[in-house]
Amino acid sequence: MVRAVDGVSWDVQAGETVALVGESGCGKSVSALSVMRLVDEAAGRIESGEILYKGRNLLTLTEEQMRSVRGREIAMIFQEPMTSLNPVLSIGRQLTEGLEIHMKMKPPEARSRALELLAMVGIPDPERRLDQYPHHFSGGMRQRMMIAMALACNPSLILADEPTTALDVTIQAQILELLRDLARRLGVAMLIITHNLGVVARYADRVNVMYAGRIIERATAAELYARPRHPYTLGLLRSVPRLDEPRRARLAPIEGQPPDMTRLPPGCSFAPRCAFRVERCAVEAPPLEVVHPGHLSACWEAKRLAQVEVATEASS
Amino acid sequence: MSEVLLEVRDLVKHFPVRTGLRRPALSVKAIDGVSFTLHRGETLGLVGESGCGKTTTGRCVLLLERPTSGQVVFEGTELTTLPEEKMRAMRRRMQVIFQDPYSSLNPRMTVAQILAEPLKVHGLVTGKSARAARVQELLGQVGLLPQHARRYPHQLSGGQRQRVGIARALAMEPALIVCDEPVSALDVSIQAQIVNLLEDLQKRLGLTYLFIAHDLSVVRHISDRVVVMYLGKIAEVADRRALYEEPLHPYTRALLSAVPIPDPKLEAQRERTVLRGEVPSALTPPSGCVFHPRCPIAVPRCSAEIPALREIRPAHWAACHLA
Repeated sequence: MVRAVDGVSWDVQAGETVALVGESGCGKSVSALSVMRLVDEAAGRIESGEILYKGRNLLTLTEEQMRSVRGREIAMIFQEPMTSLNPVLSIGRQLTEGLEIHMKMKPPEARSRALELLAMVGIPDPERRLDQYPHHFSGGMRQRMMIAMALACNPSLILADEPTTALDVTIQAQILELLRDLARRLGVAMLIITHNLGVVARYADRVNVMYAGRIIERATAAELYARPRHPYTLGLLRSVPRLDEPRRARLAPIEGQPPDMTRLPPGCSFAPRCAFRVERCAVEAPPLEVVHPGHLSACWEAKRLAQVEVATEASS
Repeated sequence: MSEVLLEVRDLVKHFPVRTGLRRPALSVKAIDGVSFTLHRGETLGLVGESGCGKTTTGRCVLLLERPTSGQVVFEGTELTTLPEEKMRAMRRRMQVIFQDPYSSLNPRMTVAQILAEPLKVHGLVTGKSARAARVQELLGQVGLLPQHARRYPHQLSGGQRQRVGIARALAMEPALIVCDEPVSALDVSIQAQIVNLLEDLQKRLGLTYLFIAHDLSVVRHISDRVVVMYLGKIAEVADRRALYEEPLHPYTRALLSAVPIPDPKLEAQRERTVLRGEVPSALTPPSGCVFHPRCPIAVPRCSAEIPALREIRPAHWAACHLA
């Protein structure tokens, strides 16, 4: 058995954008899929915990009640729009379906709302586009379409799982600006799941960093980037080359390999790769604790990290 | 500057496409007149968005794709007219590292077998024990342990698999390695390990890299010079420092401004040029400058006249009427 997500807690306030950052296999997608109760029963189950949405525990809802939450209250945007859109249904039908079911709209009304949505996400010539199929759309257009579908029923929370990872940089910028503008204008709260530290810096108010199925650090974006208090976060920030800084002679990677989730070490999962490791790390897993108002870290040496500068030597 | 290892002259690759039974056959102009030189020991970065022709350029350099026209001169030999058996011998000198090592390593072979096979086929090392010793040496060079030789690809992590891909390229003792997105499929913490490894190997073995990638930060870190491509053409070529500090082409500028910087304070103050629209189809490229429909500073001339790649400052070339 793999504990993909182990004792993870996070929250999103109304109107806020929160990021869940981590590398592949760290459990960031599983924790979002669990919110939607989309983890297949054969593949895995939620052992314990609760998911409170506007005060209601989603885990105790019936499947029918849950259906009215998905898409209506909480919407999801996936990384690869081509695999999440239905290839044999027209763009218009995929938009109107949810509107007719959740919002009880009549077909003509749903169609005009669909037109409005396509225009809102910046798809030109929406009248003609409505009758086309996903394969007629480019990658960027498909992601705009996914955003239109997510916004269709005025949800109050959007879970965006790597929404721009499959897109080119210039299109990525377009989509992220669009998402942010719409979220602000419509007051939608957003959870962005990503591995891109640049995206997080630009778009998130608060950040949760995950490693091996646990949240290991949480803070506001400004605080986390300026004063990381977990060696993994510090390592991530140091390992990426940055365009705004002089070129470094050498990159500073995190040594070692990501953990095997079926054989996690006792104690802190990051300890085998950690430069700040002490004896205690190998035996006892550190809890996620407040190290500064609004800043949590799961590291025995978080105090020592407060003295460490993020920037390393620079040269060109 | 050191001697020229590779020279690509006016490379063109068109892929024919049938659009219908009675309609005339069209062609995708994947690369349209690309020229550059690569000096021994240098790293040339090739950047651009998907569909810009950067991967096709790499494949044409290796003659894995036969160019429609143009020349590829490698170590003084023109490759496009070379007979197949002579080409096979040349291929040993030019190797490739792919993005996804998982799909480019045979799942039924152990790491030792994967590395020993080319040594045997090309007759580089004769005798089983000599080959086993060479395999161990290669593993050491890429930072793997002796026991990794007995593993199968699925028993390795993504970073370790990419190390095997690099070792396999090194087995042939190449002069040039075409690195096609070698780190983009890897986790952030592992990317830096592989970039450092490529740099160490270059220093130690005097390798020359054609480094194809879409990540502008990684390309700046590893490249000496950089070529920016857009829709099959070169938009700009310059030394790393000139290209990143004083970009001349509006596309390069937009590309650089689109990269988010991992610092919330800086990001909040930054002005961004978000490009309108998307990359047009290479089947029907725009008239004049291929970038003009998305260009923030285009003038009427840009839609009428194709801009030539001009040397605007010493060793800094750009294909823009307004540069």
